[in-house]
Amino acid sequence: MRKHLLAQMLGIGSVAAAAGIAIALAIDWFPKQASAQAGRVDRLFDVLLIISVPVFVLVVTVVIYSVVHFRMRPGEELKDGPPVHGNTRLEIVWTTIPAVVLVALCGYGYAVLHKNEASAANELRVRVNGVQFAWNFGYPAAGGQKAVATNELYLPVGQAVKFDITSQDVIHSFFVPAWRLKSDAVPGLTTHYRVKPDRIGDFPVVCAELCGLGHATMRQVVHVVPRAEFDAWLAKQRAAGGAAASGGGAGSGAGASS
Amino acid sequence: MATKLRAPGWYRAGVMSAVGIAFSYGLTALVRSLYGLDPVIDGEAVTVVALIAAPFFFLIGLGAFDYWFYWASGRPTRPEDHSSHGAHSWKDYFRINTDHKVIGIQYVCTSFFFMLIGGLMAMLLRAELARPGQQFVDSNAYNGLFSVHASLLIFLFVIPVFAGLANYVIPLMIGAPDMAFPRLNALSFWLLPIAGLMMVASFFAPGGSFATGWTAYAPLSTHAPLGQLFFTVGVQFAGASSIATALNFLVTIITMRAPGMSFWRMPLLVWANFSTSLLVVIATPFVAGSQFFVLLDRALGFNFFNPAGGGEVLMYQHVFWFYSHPAVYIMMLPGFGIISEIISVKARKPIFGYRMMAFSLLAIVVLGFTVWAHHMFVSGMQGWIRVPMMITTSIIAVPTGIKIFSWLATLWRGVLRLDTPMLFALGFLTMFTLGGISGVMLAIIPIDIHVSDTYFIVAHIHYVLFGGSLFTIYAGVYYWFPKMTGRMYDETLGKLHFWATFIFFNATFAPMHLIGIEGMPRRVADYAEQFAGWNLFISIASFFLGLSTLVFVYNMIVSWRGGPKAVANPWRSLTLEWQVSSPPPVFNFDQVPTVVGSPYEYGVPGAVHGIFKGGAEAKPAPAGTIATAPTPD
Repeated sequence: MRKHLLAQMLGIGSVAAAAGIAIALAIDWFPKQASAQAGRVDRLFDVLLIISVPVFVLVVTVVIYSVVHFRMRPGEELKDGPPVHGNTRLEIVWTTIPAVVLVALCGYGYAVLHKNEASAANELRVRVNGVQFAWNFGYPAAGGQKAVATNELYLPVGQAVKFDITSQDVIHSFFVPAWRLKSDAVPGLTTHYRVKPDRIGDFPVVCAELCGLGHATMRQVVHVVPRAEFDAWLAKQRAAGGAAASGGGAGSGAGASS
Repeated sequence: MATKLRAPGWYRAGVMSAVGIAFSYGLTALVRSLYGLDPVIDGEAVTVVALIAAPFFFLIGLGAFDYWFYWASGRPTRPEDHSSHGAHSWKDYFRINTDHKVIGIQYVCTSFFFMLIGGLMAMLLRAELARPGQQFVDSNAYNGLFSVHASLLIFLFVIPVFAGLANYVIPLMIGAPDMAFPRLNALSFWLLPIAGLMMVASFFAPGGSFATGWTAYAPLSTHAPLGQLFFTVGVQFAGASSIATALNFLVTIITMRAPGMSFWRMPLLVWANFSTSLLVVIATPFVAGSQFFVLLDRALGFNFFNPAGGGEVLMYQHVFWFYSHPAVYIMMLPGFGIISEIISVKARKPIFGYRMMAFSLLAIVVLGFTVWAHHMFVSGMQGWIRVPMMITTSIIAVPTGIKIFSWLATLWRGVLRLDTPMLFALGFLTMFTLGGISGVMLAIIPIDIHVSDTYFIVAHIHYVLFGGSLFTIYAGVYYWFPKMTGRMYDETLGKLHFWATFIFFNATFAPMHLIGIEGMPRRVADYAEQFAGWNLFISIASFFLGLSTLVFVYNMIVSWRGGPKAVANPWRSLTLEWQVSSPPPVFNFDQVPTVVGSPYEYGVPGAVHGIFKGGAEAKPAPAGTIATAPTPD
């Protein structure tokens, strides 16, 4: 009876796990991918789903099988189960297998991290400055032209970007869900992340770290545009020049909200 | 009247509190006039001093220190006559009482009181979040509500309710007459309502309550309005309570076990609280430290977290999480203990792999101190430290997995009693597995970078602390309710409570995973239109989840007052607490038990855990007592 039960459970469990994986993968979890990094993160998440679902199904299946088959029947009020104290081989198995799987996942995670943070040639450096409650951006001086400070974020599609992120007051977090990337903006520190936007469009920029009363509304937009459009925009900003630049962090995000 | 004012109690406590406030006025006025500060009486300065000083005056008035003062001043101390032991009327629960059973009930009731307040705040939060934009509360009130909600449920509910259950059960389980330090035990309890009331009272502070989350990150917290300090100081009292209780547990467990109760014969609940107490004693001073830094920065202009003054902002997070990650295990290990007791008794089988169950607790204690920076993957700390933290965080799932698999193996081929404690235990097994799975996902750095500080975190923490901790708390409260009150709870209402909680818990928190991954940040009163549909769904589900709690409260109150009388051992358990009457005698054991075997020998013919002098063996209750035990459906 016991062997038969285990086999039956294994069969139903496998079907349920397969169905669970199919459902989990069918769910549209992420916002639209808009960076080279995003694809790698989403694939990693899919792998995690494929490994996680069977674990959950295993636990639920054993619980449900136990409830159905081993529940106390009338007349069994004084009955006890068999005095099984353990099984060393089984315990070694369920210690070793998870350990190996987890270390392997860490290896994969590290590989994705390493690729996502690798530097690229000709990176565009963009300064990000968080203030309560807006983001300001700075583009470096180039070719004898002035640096630009603005409260709008424009990036050319396909261009590798490195952000230098800091804050003027409290901690903020520079989060672009479409890129799957964020980094805290910390007063007194400059933090970084790299991204290669690969989809043209407007994407939300969100503050992810509680920064005070306006935290919820500290939402802006990143405009990813074709190269020529970006160059034109930047040239216009450089021409407008000085006034905005000296404004520094005092700008408001009023002009940009999602 | 004069004698009433001199005797320890609420009158003297009232007078002493007034003295404490006067003292705070006097001290600040003196210091400010010496420094030539204007005005001499500054409300904010007085409040800060009063927050710290007045509780001590109150405790002195209540009588928490009387014995020690007598002893320290060389006056004859009253020999311990145990006059403050036991509770004879409800009023005894409102006094300094040194009986661990009274203190246990004081703890549990106080914690549930604050749990209901914190839960009501969650209802307000969900009401505000039902639709985008601002409806019921402004963003200051909203930030205050979620901050106080989290602080109450962590520091005033999950941590102390476990301490309360353990306070009641552990001396009984190890065959001791009381805790090692009963007066310290009483003091530990009375620090708690002080901390809780302080956090709730913060709403009346000018500028509103503390609104920086329970994490109180600097420098937001060091520049926040006065209400912030109600948290900063409140945490000190809750933390001191926690540390003192943990010391008490450690000494009690190490020195007061009954003859024959070796470490390898201790029930796993005792092991779990032993491990938890180690975590508390080592880690809790760090959160106290982090909040002292904030206090000094905020109140006295220190520069711990001010970069302009040479401060280091990230230091706050390192010190804070060095406590607050182990705190997650402080909020989980006692629950593991409860589940081990219940599953073994209700499945009528020995716990599977007893020694590995104990070792895995210790492994979690050790590993728990090596993972804190996984809360800081996006904080801007040095990049390389993320990788070892990812590995340790993943590996900590191994001892946790051992526990889950061992519980499953304990169920297998048992004879399952599916009553309320068991249902909550099984609910815990499945829901905590989900919380563990999302925890492993969060350990993997690229995933964490995306979902950190989103609703995915909110979902994860509630699967761990609600589906995990709270389910074990409910299981434990139902399981020991007959022992603590001497009455049986209503089984039908208990099952209704379980199913309502289980269903609406999932409806509330499961969708949060999705909106988190879609990019909705946490701690926001307002959100982008795209999240409106799910948020409305979550809010409606959460209101039903709130209502399900009322079933529990009703069941507890009505059953305590008029439930059927409980027999000594309704669950036919082997552990010692069930071998004495329900509720137990004032000093627990009329005869000292001798432990002769494992606590989980179900199914072993003739097995006994403890015997009492005089030959009364710890036999399972005779068949006739089954009638009062709930019948499984």
